[in-house]
Amino acid sequence: MSITLDAKIPSGPIEKKWDKHRFDLKLVNPANRRKYDVIVVGTGLAGASAAASLGELGYNVLSFCIQDSPRRAHSIAAQGGINAAKNYPNDSDSVWRLFYDTLKGGDYRAREANVYRLAQVSNAIIDHCTAQGVPFGREYGGLLANRSFGGAQVSRTFYCRGQTGQQLLLGAYGSLMRQACSGRVKVFARREMVELVVVKGRARGIVCRNLVTGKLESYAAHAVCLATGGYGNAFFLSTNANSCNASAIWRAYKKGALFANPCFTQIHPTCIPVSGTYQSKLTLMSESLRNDGRVWVPKKAGDKRSPDQIPEEERDYYLERRYPAFGNLVPRDVASRASKAVCDAGQGVGPTGLSVYLDFRDAIARDGLDSIRAKYGNLIDMYHHITDEDPHKLPMRIFPAVHYTMGGLWVDYNLMTTIPGLFCLGEANFSDHGANRLGASALMQGLADGYFVIPATLSGYLASEKQEALKADAPEFKEAEAQADARIRKLLSAEGKRTAVELHRELGKLMWEDCGMWRNESGLKRALERIPELREEFHKNVRVPGKNEEFNQSLERSGRVADYLECAELIVRDALERRESCGGHFREESRTPDGEALRDDEKFCHVAAWEYAGEGKAPELHKEPLAFEHCKPSQRSYK
Amino acid sequence: MSGMKLTLKIWRQKGPGAPGELRSYGVQDISPDMSFLEMLDVLNEQLIKLGEDPVAFDHDCREGICGMCSLVIDGRAHGKDSGKTSCDMRMRGYQDGDTIAIEPFRAKGFPVVKDLVVDRSAFDRIMQAGGYVSVNAGSAPEAHSLPVPYEKAEAAMDHAACIGCGACVAACPNASAMLFVSAKVSQLALLPQGGPERARRALSMLEQHDKEGFGNCTNEGECEKVCPKSVKISSIARLNREFLRASVLY
Repeated sequence: MSITLDAKIPSGPIEKKWDKHRFDLKLVNPANRRKYDVIVVGTGLAGASAAASLGELGYNVLSFCIQDSPRRAHSIAAQGGINAAKNYPNDSDSVWRLFYDTLKGGDYRAREANVYRLAQVSNAIIDHCTAQGVPFGREYGGLLANRSFGGAQVSRTFYCRGQTGQQLLLGAYGSLMRQACSGRVKVFARREMVELVVVKGRARGIVCRNLVTGKLESYAAHAVCLATGGYGNAFFLSTNANSCNASAIWRAYKKGALFANPCFTQIHPTCIPVSGTYQSKLTLMSESLRNDGRVWVPKKAGDKRSPDQIPEEERDYYLERRYPAFGNLVPRDVASRASKAVCDAGQGVGPTGLSVYLDFRDAIARDGLDSIRAKYGNLIDMYHHITDEDPHKLPMRIFPAVHYTMGGLWVDYNLMTTIPGLFCLGEANFSDHGANRLGASALMQGLADGYFVIPATLSGYLASEKQEALKADAPEFKEAEAQADARIRKLLSAEGKRTAVELHRELGKLMWEDCGMWRNESGLKRALERIPELREEFHKNVRVPGKNEEFNQSLERSGRVADYLECAELIVRDALERRESCGGHFREESRTPDGEALRDDEKFCHVAAWEYAGEGKAPELHKEPLAFEHCKPSQRSYK
Repeated sequence: MSGMKLTLKIWRQKGPGAPGELRSYGVQDISPDMSFLEMLDVLNEQLIKLGEDPVAFDHDCREGICGMCSLVIDGRAHGKDSGKTSCDMRMRGYQDGDTIAIEPFRAKGFPVVKDLVVDRSAFDRIMQAGGYVSVNAGSAPEAHSLPVPYEKAEAAMDHAACIGCGACVAACPNASAMLFVSAKVSQLALLPQGGPERARRALSMLEQHDKEGFGNCTNEGECEKVCPKSVKISSIARLNREFLRASVLY
């Protein structure tokens, strides 16, 4: 297949592109909308907001979620906040500045037009969520409060205590329930998408596994939207929820959707350190803690004294030292690498030496305990509960962990993938965060895609492409069901000796070591050899109990692990191909003299989009060049 | 690893309507730093290797916010740590040799799906009856057009914190879901944005609550003891006032 990547960026000045495009897009007459079936997979911020808004417009929406209720999608765990360019604090914020910060924060590996649109619609998101009854934090005057967040020098982050994702998701869920009540959205819970159905080159439906009965169910539609989140669980340990997975986008990839920038994975600097091999997930502590907490390690390597016994002059506040302008508020990738560097130098603390201190002592002395507790009380208590250490007395210990994936399915300006009729929203697509996402921007992007972008662009697709009627018993659906069934039978028939979780853990360790925070050619090449071996071991030696026709969580897990074992290889391949450092992707071979990430704009100022070439064949790389007209790439400096 | 040995008595049930029973299992090498669900992971890994059916239990975020986990541990919904979900429980509170009983959330409105997994779709249907503000994307006024007093916003947030886990139902002798309903009704009654639909919301959510087979509140107070997000029973008092107010209006 020869593919030309056309991002379909509208012409005209960047400020007017989105308005012009919305005018140019064809519309579906309100009376005709109910004749269109639209599938939305996933009910996180992007999926729930998309399904609700499309229902509001009058489309006939089918919404699918993997949990028992749409309200439980992993967006719910986002703590810190959501960005918008309201400039309420009068600190010179603007759409332009949010655009600039996001593009720079992404290390100039995102599309200008997409990022500008994101900044442009950010304010409407805050208006809408407020109208939904999202209880944002407020000032005593009754107006909305803002906090600052990593990677920005203005306060533009709106929040609901430490539960912003929860409140925004419940807002979107409420709107979705309203549409479910009206009958315009039908919600299918406990369903996992196991195949994408492509008919005559267009996405026309999906096959799901009913997680309660095990039955494979087919659903037909005029368009399919995937809002299935990121693939961070390929690393086994991450801050993602257990059911977050790569399978939906992986199925789409194998049916012809290009996968863009898979190596752009984000390591979050402030997570609770790993404490044992049984650990099933890592818990994030909101990066808002870095507003008042100071990050440090002992100056002397191997210093085993209790932190309160280490005098001020023997502490290395390494972020403040290395980055005086941004200090503890440098972006996530920079903070994470700096932590790794001090731990590698033997200055790490805690039983494993793989953690650094995040200290509230000075903030408590300055603002008082009450004020600090008002801001971070729930996070402090959460830490205390998990670690049995009291952050009021001793500093927290933190370490970086996989948190978010900037890469995902390649989409054009309309959020459509390379398969016509297949759209991809939220974390599952690649489009807005470049090589590194700024804090409080994931919620913004998910909701921008769902509330404001897809309602406009989907009508453009539906109105311009006449499609014949299709039922879910068409041969293409039967064929897709058979493919899914064959994969399930293969897993169940292996009858080996190892569990899917064990093999997943092994994959995660390999990925963290060779394709984690620091990457180099020899490590990546090693990973490229080891992953296919592990995949073979998995299919030969996995043991999946029970049968398909029942509630079988082990079968669910093993299907996802099988896909991680393929997806991981693409992550590594992309990381090997991109011989530059940018954002969360750090290649040891590409550094500035003082050790910072060094981009290579001449060779790598592009989106790397991978095309599946078939079983056992190397995927084909396509490049979408990135042009920067408004925001000239510069060496990112937070010094 | 200090390695505790524990005996688990776990409710096993093949499916809805199938007979169930408590079955005993042994686990060892349990570290005090483990979460309760990680301890169950250890058991399941062990069962898979023995060729037995692993224990089905709902879980997802494992950090106390998604509301998926739903265990009754030694007779108490979400276990003995107040203000915590099952996934947030740590093994620190147990000692070598302890026996722990683990059962599903039990209520007429929550039929068992398998083992420790129950069907809580009734909660979605209650929310469909009115747990929202009817506003379409694109139609909202500027966020600052409607100031909300700080105290009201904070109180609304206290109620909005509900994660919809259903522990309140599991703990209530009447299997009432009034705490769940009251949390949403109160959140939106406290905010001006919820004003226009305030009366209708209270009436229709309660009507659906009753239809789903949940019982009435008789002020037992068990719900607030187990609520992982510390939603207070005073929320139900507010719901009752909202109901009265609405009944007068309609």
